[in-house]
Amino acid sequence: MALLITFLALTLSSVILIPFFSARWKGKLMIGTVLLNSVVSAIPAVQCFLGFDFRLTLPGSLVTGEIPVSMDALSSWFVLLINFTMLTGAFYGHSYLKAYRDQRNELSVHHIAYVLVHASLISICVLQNSMAFLIAWEIMALSSFVLIIFEHLKHDTLKAGINFLVQSHVSVLFLVLGFIWVGTSMNSFGFKAISDFALLQPHASSLILLILFFIGFAIKAGFVPFHTWLPYAHPAAPAHVSGVMSGVIIKIGIYGILRMLLLVRHDFISIGYIILIVSVISGVYGVMLATIQHNLKKLLAFHSIENIGIIGMGIGLGCLGLGYGIMPLVVLGFAGALLHTLNHSLFKSVLFYASGNVYQATHTMNLERLGGLIKKMPKTSLVFLVAAMAICGLPPFNGFISEFLIYSGILSGLKSANLTLVWMLAFAILGLVSIGGLAIMCFTKAFGSVFLGSPRQTLRSNPEEAGPLSLFPLYAGILLIVLIGIFPSLVFQVLNKPVSQFVSISGMPVQAEGLLSFPGLNWIGVASAGIFGVVGILMFIRWKVTHKREIVTGPTWGCGYVAPNPRMQYTASSYVRTYRKLAEPMLSIDVKKTEISGIFPEVGKHETHPYDKAESWIIDFPVRQLQVFINRFSFLQNGKLQVYILYGVLFISLILIIPLVYDKIVSAIQLLNQM
Amino acid sequence: MLSFILIILAASIFTGIVNRVRSLVSGRKGPGLFQPIRDVVRLFRKGSVYSDTCSWIFKLAPSVSMATVLMAMLVIPFARTKGVLSFEGDFVFFAYVLALGKFFSIIASWDTGNSFEGMGASREALYSTLAEPAFFILIGSFAMLTGYTSFYDIFRTLHFGSYISYLLGLLATFVLITLAMIENSRMPVDDPRTHLELTMIHEVMILDNSGFDLGLILSTSYLKFALYGALIANFFIDIMPWYIAIPSFFGIQFLVAIAVGIWESFTARFRMSHNPQFIFILSSVSLLIFFGVMLVLHMFN
Repeated sequence: MALLITFLALTLSSVILIPFFSARWKGKLMIGTVLLNSVVSAIPAVQCFLGFDFRLTLPGSLVTGEIPVSMDALSSWFVLLINFTMLTGAFYGHSYLKAYRDQRNELSVHHIAYVLVHASLISICVLQNSMAFLIAWEIMALSSFVLIIFEHLKHDTLKAGINFLVQSHVSVLFLVLGFIWVGTSMNSFGFKAISDFALLQPHASSLILLILFFIGFAIKAGFVPFHTWLPYAHPAAPAHVSGVMSGVIIKIGIYGILRMLLLVRHDFISIGYIILIVSVISGVYGVMLATIQHNLKKLLAFHSIENIGIIGMGIGLGCLGLGYGIMPLVVLGFAGALLHTLNHSLFKSVLFYASGNVYQATHTMNLERLGGLIKKMPKTSLVFLVAAMAICGLPPFNGFISEFLIYSGILSGLKSANLTLVWMLAFAILGLVSIGGLAIMCFTKAFGSVFLGSPRQTLRSNPEEAGPLSLFPLYAGILLIVLIGIFPSLVFQVLNKPVSQFVSISGMPVQAEGLLSFPGLNWIGVASAGIFGVVGILMFIRWKVTHKREIVTGPTWGCGYVAPNPRMQYTASSYVRTYRKLAEPMLSIDVKKTEISGIFPEVGKHETHPYDKAESWIIDFPVRQLQVFINRFSFLQNGKLQVYILYGVLFISLILIIPLVYDKIVSAIQLLNQM
Repeated sequence: MLSFILIILAASIFTGIVNRVRSLVSGRKGPGLFQPIRDVVRLFRKGSVYSDTCSWIFKLAPSVSMATVLMAMLVIPFARTKGVLSFEGDFVFFAYVLALGKFFSIIASWDTGNSFEGMGASREALYSTLAEPAFFILIGSFAMLTGYTSFYDIFRTLHFGSYISYLLGLLATFVLITLAMIENSRMPVDDPRTHLELTMIHEVMILDNSGFDLGLILSTSYLKFALYGALIANFFIDIMPWYIAIPSFFGIQFLVAIAVGIWESFTARFRMSHNPQFIFILSSVSLLIFFGVMLVLHMFN
């Protein structure tokens, strides 16, 4: 109880106090609050992993009923990873926002929103009452909207923010539908009512309930086809907000899905197939679109969709394991999903912060203009490189561990004799492999075109390395990325607890010392360390052999051409051209070009504008149709005040008359029946 | 550890054999079997030229590629001996660690700022992306057939069931040889002998490398060939005593090298735009193996 009060008091007092401080201190106050809130929430989370669950029941109000607050292993896992990324985000944001010191009002609102997002994310993880959950959810949605529109004077930013606001309320709509359905049929808003609902109601309705929740949470998480807000919101927001949003705010959707799976214990096969198919499509589609982007932050945003797909694959596999009773599939699927949630929050936030450094040094995110930054910003580029390898799932970093768990899950499922399941698993392998390959293509492109070669266009300012304060949060993320890669079995032991929550659904016994002995992970740890070792040895031999040899430096070999210039370098779009041609039927890319022709050629041009086909089908087309339909009634809006008053009068009279008429009709029918 | 040493030994002559076969077929006498090794040794002794556009990435990349191939070699079992690293799902590690090497060789060619090298990198990235599913479906099918997921256990139990496994092994050999050709940028996909940078893949990516680094890159590609040869050998070497197993290992490597040499002599390089289709064929063949395994396991009843 004391913890809860401290938590609320801290949040409230800093929200009230932030506006009264100077621009410099606002940020410090924000960091302080986030830090203290993290500590306060981490205490019960760590205790939970040590074996003491945190449980509390607040009296609540007449509307909500009792509000149970509890911290089980699943909540703790999410609380801890939220805390870490929110903290690095706060530190990074503090130094990132130095450039905006003169915008005092914006800074106040921004910092308040940041504290609120953190507090509401933690609350979402622990509240066990639908009403309270929705309120926290709404605070989270609104304050992330405020965070996104920090640079609200830019038209695109505002547009992206409003897009986010609308879509996150569509998500709320689905959640409200689900919660109200449960609430009215069970007469309670506690989460326990949801599991009772699944027990008492017919199978179909609990499946529909799960699908409602899945859609609601999927919009937040960014599963295809509910992802369309994401590629706009991430580039529009300041770098630390993009990092935090991609790292943890969209993960709250994953938390929601997992929580609902724990509550609605029912028909795991159908929902498993649904989640798995949606996830494979999200993963592949996300990375396919990411590869053709020109804007670094937009590219990273599409990769969030891809990684959400990978996490979803783990969840789907776990559900299928529960449905078919395949224990290793349950364990490896959910463990992979949970670990990838953590991993993605680490490397994606680092990538966004690094892109923030690049933006502040160069003031552009366009891949075609950048280049050669590795010489100007060596630390940022090293950090970006490590995070890029991690996101591609390459050993010896953490991304490989979670993808390996998911692969192992798939392989253990292949032993099953069920034909549909085996087909689905083969489909999942194909998806995961293609994601891996395309991710490598995409990140070699991103890293290569931003940091390597020579600058492709002369920049107005001379880029400089970011200060140590901006780099510190990045190092913190990288440290964890490497540690998880080298000591995967330790992390796996921590995962024991949340995963066993899912295992216990199946009714299978959970051993006391932990369900999972997975010797492969120890070996992977050894192998990861081995990679570092072998590279080290080879570099040492290389140095031994070559340090006395003659080293000459000269221009890049231009294949006989003696005057190559930086503009002749391969660019990001030329790098993916063959791929773009291959994938063109599946994507929608607008190509504009002027060919060079004639004896006195004009300037040649080539532009590609990638667009999201799913967006044009799911968002643009219906919106257009709706506009056409509504335009038919535009004659009603004729600007005459008298007519508007008439509408009002008509409306009120209709409201009054319809019930009366209805009553008359009913009584007339009754009269007829009696005769 | 045995397989590690055997692969190194096989790698030392593999490329020599391929080159020898090619020259014999075209009616020349050809260089000696150890010429590739001599080339590498000569390069190790030389100094280096670096471009002033390059950063440390360019200098690190060859070592990383070599390290990844060495790590991948540690996973390969041989007859009755496990690889040094042998665990459930080790083939996933095998594929991903090789991908790490590819990642570095691609960014190293970005590092030079040469447009031809970018072109090569683009092709390398695309083709390996397209080829990867074939490998996973292939080994995944055998994992399904045997019920194990590590190379050692798959190969140990592969031939317990029926002789159909040898047939599947033959199909797998086709897929693996072709994969090795694509990974090493050999004939039907890329012509290592071409003199036109526009049509190269792997050769153009290493245009700026010289001296020790170039030697490292060349020996990496020799090792990679022998690595795939060792995988193929494992499909046929059953549980046999070492005095049969070791000669048959070299015999199979020898046959694979001759097959590669003959194939290279009688095919022309595809047009670049036809390569993706060719690589997709591989995935289809692996799916065929997948079907075969499902048939063997009576899954359709």
